[in-house]
Amino acid sequence: MILDNLPALQVVIPLVGATICALIDRRRVAWPIALAISLVGIVISVALLAQVLAGGPISYAMGGWAPPYGIEYRVDVVNAYILVLVSVIGAVIMPYAPRSVAAELAENKQAWFYTMYLLNLTGLLGMAITGDAFNAFVFLEISSLSSYVMIALGRDRRALLAAYQYLILGTIGATFYVIGVGLLYAMTGTLNFVDMAERIVDVESSRSVLAALAFLTVGISLKLALFPLHVWLPNAYAYAPSVATVFLASTATKVAVYLFLRFFFSIFGARFVYADLPLTEILLVLSVAAMFIASIIAIFQDDVKRMLAYSSVAQIGYMTLGIGIANLNGLTGTIVHLFNHAVTKGALFMAVGAVVMRVGRHDLEGLAGIGRRMPVTMAGFVIAGLSLIGVPGTVGFVSKWYLAAGAFESGAWLLSFLIMASSFLAVVYVGRVVEIAWFREPTQAVASVEEAPLSLIIPTWVLVAASVVFGLDAAFTAGVAERAAEALLAGIL
Amino acid sequence: MSDIVIPPGLVLIVGAFALPFVSLRLRNVLLLGLPLVALALVWMVPDGEALRLSWFGYELTPVRGDALARVFGTVFALMVFGGGLYSLNQPRTLELTSAYAYAGSALGVVFAGDLLSVFVFWELMALASTMVIWSAGREAWGPGIRYAIIHLLGGVILMAGVAGQIWTTGDIGFHAMATDGWPRWLILAGFLINAGAPPLQAWLPDAYPAASWSGMVFLSAFTTKTAVYVLMRGFPGAEILLWVGLFMACYGIVFAILENDMRRILAYSIINQVGFMVTGIGIGTELALNGAAAHAFAHIIYKALLLMSAGSVLYMTGKSKCTDLGGLFRTMPVTTVCGTIGALAISAFPLTSGFVSKSMINSAAGEEHLAVVWFVLAAATAGVFLHAGIKFPWFVFFQKDSGMRPPDPPANMRWAMYLLSAICIGLGVFPQPLYAILPYPVDYEPYTGSHVVQQLQLLLFSGLAFFLLLNALKRTRTITLDVDWLWRGLAPGPAVRLARWVSAWRAVALERLGGSLTFVVGSLRRHHGPEGIVGGTWPTGVMAFWTTVLLAGLLVVYYI
Repeated sequence: MILDNLPALQVVIPLVGATICALIDRRRVAWPIALAISLVGIVISVALLAQVLAGGPISYAMGGWAPPYGIEYRVDVVNAYILVLVSVIGAVIMPYAPRSVAAELAENKQAWFYTMYLLNLTGLLGMAITGDAFNAFVFLEISSLSSYVMIALGRDRRALLAAYQYLILGTIGATFYVIGVGLLYAMTGTLNFVDMAERIVDVESSRSVLAALAFLTVGISLKLALFPLHVWLPNAYAYAPSVATVFLASTATKVAVYLFLRFFFSIFGARFVYADLPLTEILLVLSVAAMFIASIIAIFQDDVKRMLAYSSVAQIGYMTLGIGIANLNGLTGTIVHLFNHAVTKGALFMAVGAVVMRVGRHDLEGLAGIGRRMPVTMAGFVIAGLSLIGVPGTVGFVSKWYLAAGAFESGAWLLSFLIMASSFLAVVYVGRVVEIAWFREPTQAVASVEEAPLSLIIPTWVLVAASVVFGLDAAFTAGVAERAAEALLAGIL
Repeated sequence: MSDIVIPPGLVLIVGAFALPFVSLRLRNVLLLGLPLVALALVWMVPDGEALRLSWFGYELTPVRGDALARVFGTVFALMVFGGGLYSLNQPRTLELTSAYAYAGSALGVVFAGDLLSVFVFWELMALASTMVIWSAGREAWGPGIRYAIIHLLGGVILMAGVAGQIWTTGDIGFHAMATDGWPRWLILAGFLINAGAPPLQAWLPDAYPAASWSGMVFLSAFTTKTAVYVLMRGFPGAEILLWVGLFMACYGIVFAILENDMRRILAYSIINQVGFMVTGIGIGTELALNGAAAHAFAHIIYKALLLMSAGSVLYMTGKSKCTDLGGLFRTMPVTTVCGTIGALAISAFPLTSGFVSKSMINSAAGEEHLAVVWFVLAAATAGVFLHAGIKFPWFVFFQKDSGMRPPDPPANMRWAMYLLSAICIGLGVFPQPLYAILPYPVDYEPYTGSHVVQQLQLLLFSGLAFFLLLNALKRTRTITLDVDWLWRGLAPGPAVRLARWVSAWRAVALERLGGSLTFVVGSLRRHHGPEGIVGGTWPTGVMAFWTTVLLAGLLVVYYI
């Protein structure tokens, strides 16, 4: 009975948890609830992935209304993988959260923070699991609204402006998305993904469908921060509370990438999007621009969180590059990079969060000599930094290997060279932090600092370890990613 | 027994990370014991693919044994032992950890049987050697960064080549390749960057002298010689290597003669010596390849010996400019004698290891009737004697009296120099053990009448040239700049004009390069920095505007 209802439980449990947290409004109650729900989330998502890997896609009719009339939750390899990613990151963050949140937020706001975290989790999981275009919009809005609140909770006053800008642009993105979905609904008369994919074949040459594709492309690109629509992201990540930064950086853009994959491959169909439209070229140009320009911007940043945020924009460039390449290796690269980048960037932001908790600032100058005072935390930063660069033996290398192989197979060997060359820029910006943190004399403020508490170090190192373990043995992550890529390329949901 | 193969490099890498956590006494035991264990393991690796590993869909061969790998493995392990003995009194364990990890990854490259393993160890080597440089202190930061950038760039090029090779041929193995197709060219370029080949050779004299007195001993041994090894394995007989090698041999000499810093002189002379080996690989006959391998073996030992004596001087006096030194033979007899032995060996004096190895390369050039190559090599041999054979010992140990009276260095440093001196002379007198382990069967006799006479003539005349030049030099004792001693004391001649032109050209080139780099970085910062148009925070309206532009663009493109 419970096994049958897992798809619904995945989303409903955090939603209910958020409501309880909001009603009780006590910090001491909110955190245990959030922690428990995150842990349950892992169990459910792993069970779903196991089911899907063994028995193929699961279809779940919400409230007993059969699809396509009711809302269908549909889990296949692609989104089961995303569900696992989101819930794993959520569960790793929760043990980290209480100390960090307590250090950065006023006491009366902490319960709200957990509420917003749970709502965000609901939204992201819902976007991933639903098989209904409008339902996806609802969850998109839930996750977006809650992330605006989480960002605005940052203690820096610029957090408010960052949240406002994200609100405006996020709303534009969501509006574009809903316009696109509306146009599709007008043409096909359905909101169900599977149904839509079947019916779109008959009307695909119509202007309305093309317009729908354009609106969806731009709308989702805004959410995933595709260059040049990335400008909301750096400030949002830089000024949000550390825990929110870790969670958003590791999951929010990844789910948006998933939605992109879903629309391009499962609904419009790879043949239509790639053969008839010049989308490949557009995506490749924007991706390469993201990889290089955002990395160069990252090099010149004075703030380590902003630097990592720009690095995220560059890494998103890798993901969209794989979508543009659109062969098995390239797409595997994209999907495996969703996971790989999530653990890597999560580890980096967690290490920075631990520093922020001890030192109280995240500009580069303030980190001078921090490596000597917080060696464990900063050693984690260095290893995760190596993964960001793509050193062999780390997850970063696995992603880049698949992407470069995909580029090469498609005949664009220049592209595979660019992929490797852009890692070179990551060497520079990671190297800057390493230099300041390890080779400079500690400033007075830093000299009296202690190592971060274990509750921060352990989650950080879990992600650091993951970025090495899955780099040494990529069989599981890359294997699932490859199956997901196969499923997408076959055009079947 | 032979079932279990322990990668020789792994022992050093793992051991390296234990160094910071043990007592000083145990640290020193490990420093001496680990290389001996590694040496034993080098000889326990069976021929053929000794260890296989499946990673990520590829069949890797992290350990593969054969004669060529054993030559380099042996000398690397010997070198780590010598270097470890020399550095026993190095207080900075970070440097030793990095140096041992660095040497271990060099051993890893030597035994790697597939391109991916080569690449992994290659990058480890780059990281560890950068740490060796950095552990010298604050001043080493800049050169270390430049070193790291060049080597990571080389790594990217190599990676692109390796990836291309695997995807085009499906062949992951590391064996001789033809120079055709871009993946192979990229691999060759990646290898050559580490060998110190043009146009990026400047990293070597820039970075190595920035390392500490002991760090440079390690650095001189592994990076360039690993490059020689991979070139020998991957591209034997590639004609381009012939010309690259000759250029390096000459380039090194010109700059070594112009240089004033004793350790930088020796750094330039590494490029020159590697040039000999690369030329040998370019010739590609069995004799030439044997010669290149033997020369790499001999070179590692005598270059380390030279750097140990230079390091001892630096350690005892804190100075390394030739103009600040001189007359140290009175109080540093051991360093003087050992340094001189190294200098004789690098000049390929008969009865030293340099003679028995270098003459193989020269003979190979002669046998193939490569007249130009032969003459250039002979001229370069004379040049080596000028800069490393005489200039280094003369200015450091003899020449004027600098007034300093430092004693010889501590016992462990003296013993390391004794050990390497013994190897230099031992191999010069009894070359058979070295010849026996070379990759191809050796039927070569270095001590024929014509070889010895020819070499002695060459050395005699270049020695004469140096002391003639020196007579003119004695009047200008107050010189402090690094290059101008050459033309102040001499009447203008072609050599002087060349030297002036080269140094002027170098100054201009460096200034131009510095200027254009500053300009590029400056304009990048202007646009991409936090205040710049690309990197700054845009007003919300501008963001919305660009969103609309992108939408309009997509619509237009889709409709067309």
